Amino acid sequence: MKILVPVKQVGIIDEDYEIRDDGKNVDVDFLDYEINEWDNYSWELALNLQETYGEAVEIVPLTVGPDEAEDVLLNCLAKGGERGIRVWDDALVDSDSMAIAQVIAKVAEHENADYVLTGTLSSDHSFAATGMCVAGLLNWAHAAVVSKVDITPDAQQITVNRELEAGIEEEITVESPAVLSIQLGINEPRYASLRGIKQAKAKPVEVMSHKDFGLTDAEVGEMGSLSKVRKMYAPEHSQAELIEGTVAEQAKRIAEIVKELKGDT
Amino acid sequence: MNKIMVIAEHRLGELTAATFEVIAAAVELKQTKGFSVNVAVLASNPAEFSAKLNIAGVDEIIEVLIQENQFQTDTYEAVINSLLDEYAPSVVLTSNSIDAWSCMPIIAAKRQCGFATDVFALNYDGDDLIATRAAYGEKMHVDLEFPDKETVLITLRGNTYKPIEQEASVPVSSFSAPSVNARTTHKRFIEPETTSDVDIAQAELLLSIGRGIENEDNIEQFEELADTMGFTLGCSRPIADNGWLPKSRQVGQSGKIVVACNTYLAFGISGSVQHMAGMKHVPNIIAVNTDAEASIFIIAKYGVVADMFEIADELINHFE
Ligand SMILES: Cc1cc2nc3c(=O)[nH]c(=O)nc-3n(C[C@H](O)[C@H](O)[C@H](O)COP(=O)(O)OP(=O)(O)OC[C@H]3O[C@@H](n4cnc5c(N)ncnc54)[C@H](O)[C@@H]3O)c2cc1C
Ligand SMILES: Nc1ncnc2c1ncn2[C@@H]1O[C@H](COP(=O)(O)O)[C@@H](O)[C@H]1O
Repeated sequence: MKILVPVKQVGIIDEDYEIRDDGKNVDVDFLDYEINEWDNYSWELALNLQETYGEAVEIVPLTVGPDEAEDVLLNCLAKGGERGIRVWDDALVDSDSMAIAQVIAKVAEHENADYVLTGTLSSDHSFAATGMCVAGLLNWAHAAVVSKVDITPDAQQITVNRELEAGIEEEITVESPAVLSIQLGINEPRYASLRGIKQAKAKPVEVMSHKDFGLTDAEVGEMGSLSKVRKMYAPEHSQAELIEGTVAEQAKRIAEIVKELKGDT
Repeated sequence: MNKIMVIAEHRLGELTAATFEVIAAAVELKQTKGFSVNVAVLASNPAEFSAKLNIAGVDEIIEVLIQENQFQTDTYEAVINSLLDEYAPSVVLTSNSIDAWSCMPIIAAKRQCGFATDVFALNYDGDDLIATRAAYGEKMHVDLEFPDKETVLITLRGNTYKPIEQEASVPVSSFSAPSVNARTTHKRFIEPETTSDVDIAQAELLLSIGRGIENEDNIEQFEELADTMGFTLGCSRPIADNGWLPKSRQVGQSGKIVVACNTYLAFGISGSVQHMAGMKHVPNIIAVNTDAEASIFIIAKYGVVADMFEIADELINHFE
């Protein structure tokens, strides 16, 4: 059983930032980067399955991103797994979920994967769609926002819980192969050990381009996307009345407001 | 005529509240472009739901009979696909629900439709549909366009459009579902555990803590603060996921909507859309956050840019 785990390097806005000259995104120089929070949970799930079933399970992290994005693969490989895959080409800049999914689907086919475990959502662009676009392209069974998984190697079908709104869950069975998008809280992601971090550097990462899978430039990047950014801008500023001063003054003012609202001044 | 199609959503025998907001959005869009609004409802007894969809501005209710009443993704995908073949709408709207997250990307990917999730504003610039959504944890807004796409699928953020109260008598048609190979099977719904814990949905005064709390040992300080102030303690999702407070204390989309709350103190909560879904209606929100750009300040009445621990240390003295 082979499990492909797409992990994303997400951008976080620095305190000061500038918008790119074309007005369509934040200038990369002003972003900090880290692994998408959700992807720690999907990778942990893969690690747990490998620990349970040993050699019957192979787990491979994949990222679609430039050189710097290799950090997220190291992040995963420091916890386990033997090798990673990174796909990049400048034509992939400004890809939306669909365009990224084109690449992930090709890698899943190429690797003969049985499961693709994505995160539910990425914290920067928050499309919540990449995993399910992969399922659409592969025509695999799928479930989004999965909060519990029971997978055994070679099973024809697995049981998962879909997390719904308001704390309700739905237990369903899903035929394999399948794409699942994994939700926060499904497990407790481990921290990498120092030894793991050292070992990860020696693990191979295969670097490829979308063209290696027969994808054309028109199928990825902005051209292969299902939407185009017209512009990105800061929303209108907050309506909040700022409570300023020293901490003591701020606390005093909060107390006054609260007492007034409680009607016991 | 161009059409806007709404996919009505229901769970456990009830149309979702968000469905009525989506219909309102469709009717608003119709007014700018003169499109028709067609609302499709997929159910084992669709008439039961369509009776509640007689809303002013809707031009047609399309009943689609399917075997199982609850959402099944392959079924929804196949039905919506044939509806798109038959009706060729230029816009398809659903709420930004978990069910929509499951089926809409599949349809968009297979048909190469225009597609965007969690949209909170729709406008036309000439003939170009512009969908506005957020990025970077609500710190940025993005206007999207869909050049050359005949059909655009949009999932709409909740609490953005106000449901239409006015009723109308809307013509009903029926549409037959294509045959489907369902690859997932419903087993059961699992409702949240009922606990003896306080019901935060009924609390008027809430003090909620988020990831700014850093570690479990710090919870106690805020428990004590909430107690002393006469507030009920709530939290954002990471705190419940970590097991630091019970799940019943979680405010938000997958937790509770704090309907009775009048005053909400948010300590170290960034203001994700899923958290705000549970509390943004509260009239008096006071937010304490070290990040002056945190999106919680957009909805707060009072903003305090400060360290939550320092504020807590001082604040408690005013209530003892
Ligand atoms: C389908 C789905 C459902 C979800 N349901 C929910 C839900 O019901 N409820 C929910 O809350 N989330 C929910 N989430 C998760 C949500 O997306 C966010 O991950 C979560 O709300 C973040 O919680 P937070 O604001 O506490 O943490 P963060 O976003 O990490 O924010 C922490 C904040 O604390 C501030 N801070 C740090 N240190 C200090 C300090 N010393 N003093 C003051 N401020 C400080 C930081 O500046 C930051 O703004 C859901 C997600 C999905 C995909
Ligand atoms: N560039 C990428 N490389 C690898 N995986 C990605 C990438 N973008 C998105 N994903 C996967 O898709 C999930 C959801 O992302 P999104 O649809 O962008 O919200 C992430 O948690 C990842 O698993």
